[in-house]
Amino acid sequence: MINTKDILETITMIQDEHLDVRTITMGISLLDCCNSDIDTTCNKVYDKIMRRAHDLVKTGEEIEKEYGIPIINKRIAVTPIAMITASCDKKEPVQLARALEKAAIECGVNFIGGYSALVHKGFSPGDIELINSIPEALSVTDHVCSSVNIGSTKSGINMDAVELMGRIVRHTAELTADKECIGCAKLVVFCNAPEDNPFMAGAFHGVGEPDCVVNVGVSGPGVVRAALAKAGDCDLTAVADIIKRTAFKITRMGQLVALEASKRLGVPFGIVDLSLAPTPEVGDSVAYILEEMGLESCGTHGTTAALALLNDAVKKGGVMASSHVGGLSGAFIPVTEDAGMINAARRGSLTLEKLEAMTSVCSVGLDMINIPGDTPAEVISAIIADEAAIGMVNSKTTAVRLIPAIGKSVGDELSFGGLLGGGPVMPVSTYSPARFISRGGRIPAPMQSLKN
Amino acid sequence: MRAVITVIGRDNVGILAKISTECAGYNNNIIEVTQSVLQDLFVMIMLVDISKCNIPFTEFSDKMTALGIEMGLSIRAMHEDIFNSMHRI
Repeated sequence: MINTKDILETITMIQDEHLDVRTITMGISLLDCCNSDIDTTCNKVYDKIMRRAHDLVKTGEEIEKEYGIPIINKRIAVTPIAMITASCDKKEPVQLARALEKAAIECGVNFIGGYSALVHKGFSPGDIELINSIPEALSVTDHVCSSVNIGSTKSGINMDAVELMGRIVRHTAELTADKECIGCAKLVVFCNAPEDNPFMAGAFHGVGEPDCVVNVGVSGPGVVRAALAKAGDCDLTAVADIIKRTAFKITRMGQLVALEASKRLGVPFGIVDLSLAPTPEVGDSVAYILEEMGLESCGTHGTTAALALLNDAVKKGGVMASSHVGGLSGAFIPVTEDAGMINAARRGSLTLEKLEAMTSVCSVGLDMINIPGDTPAEVISAIIADEAAIGMVNSKTTAVRLIPAIGKSVGDELSFGGLLGGGPVMPVSTYSPARFISRGGRIPAPMQSLKN
Repeated sequence: MRAVITVIGRDNVGILAKISTECAGYNNNIIEVTQSVLQDLFVMIMLVDISKCNIPFTEFSDKMTALGIEMGLSIRAMHEDIFNSMHRI
């Protein structure tokens, strides 16, 4: 029989330390739904999603019950919609957003991602129309998530797209100002976007992916923190080992759920995303892990080093536990979704500049950060450009998900509820980058891109 | 197929009897039982063969949770693979 201690450890992890599978995300290719007529395209898209994903939620719930592991989200990711609308005579992508919304509601999933465009080197047909429609699409739907890839290590940064996205982020906030600007919580701007990411808002189904695939994202900041708390004052080598061991266990659970979901749904298994994804619940925070390591408050000096250790150990522990690893894989630092980050931001120890440094050593980027409502579009563009530069030069994914809090200023708060949480508006630099941003063009790919 | 039933709570007369009866009622054979007292809590772990269970396992799992609430205990029935995958390489 399995060791009693091991059994009780698992039960404690689930019951007291918020261990869960964060998401089962089904990726669905919509490339066979293209049609010159937009209405026909919408019908084909809806039909295909329903055909592939109608059992997704039910299957997730069955696995949850049989294995006793909470599976928080069931989601769908689709081919970037700009590619689908490219062949339509009438370029009205919002109609497709509505079709995605309808399918998401019918399937019962929490989110559907892929209202996306990949423009890291330039705009192809359908891209501009899709990007311009993002504010409206996110204001008339609740489940649709959008992402735009504006740069990559291989191709450099498309600064025309960066300039445009500054305006789009602002406009999205304005159109959803009556709902805490929530549209922006469903919009992410990427550099080096992964094609198999199961996490929202950035999930989409890449063109190199199979027709349909199941990806799983794990979680478990609470478990890591509890393991460190039990260990007491050990040195940092021991800290890294504890994190590795914990990440291994968490990922094995994710791998089991992924294989089981793949078998039951009759869909190939894609990847497990080795991530530490926090929630606003107390005890499920990445910031608290950093504080458990010995920092008085997240954001103080030492935070970047502590996060680098954490991120690396999570990957080292997780990678052996899964047959295929992918997605974002690393520690997430979304401010409004992490109780410890929210507190650190409120007390002023966590700033935008420190967060930017932190993003160079962990997955994702400037995530879920409320900024003053009067922040000009070019400042948002410049923040995106900075973050994309970190991603481009370091050959890693970086993303920006900022929420301009329309009508609010530093010290005020936004509250989204649920997993998106809420938090204070954080200050940004008030010096203007307008001339730099208005230059447009492309920042050339760095030397790191020339690997052949 | 085997499942692990964990029972955690205050010790009382008849816990094992009640849970065994429930298992037998659904045609689940108890393979092994261990029990101990951990930090003042009664902990019982049962390994059960569920391959001949006469209701779907998800339903059985719900029944065990409900029985736990009724008895003032935390009872969970979980597929054994979750423990094997997490704790064995």
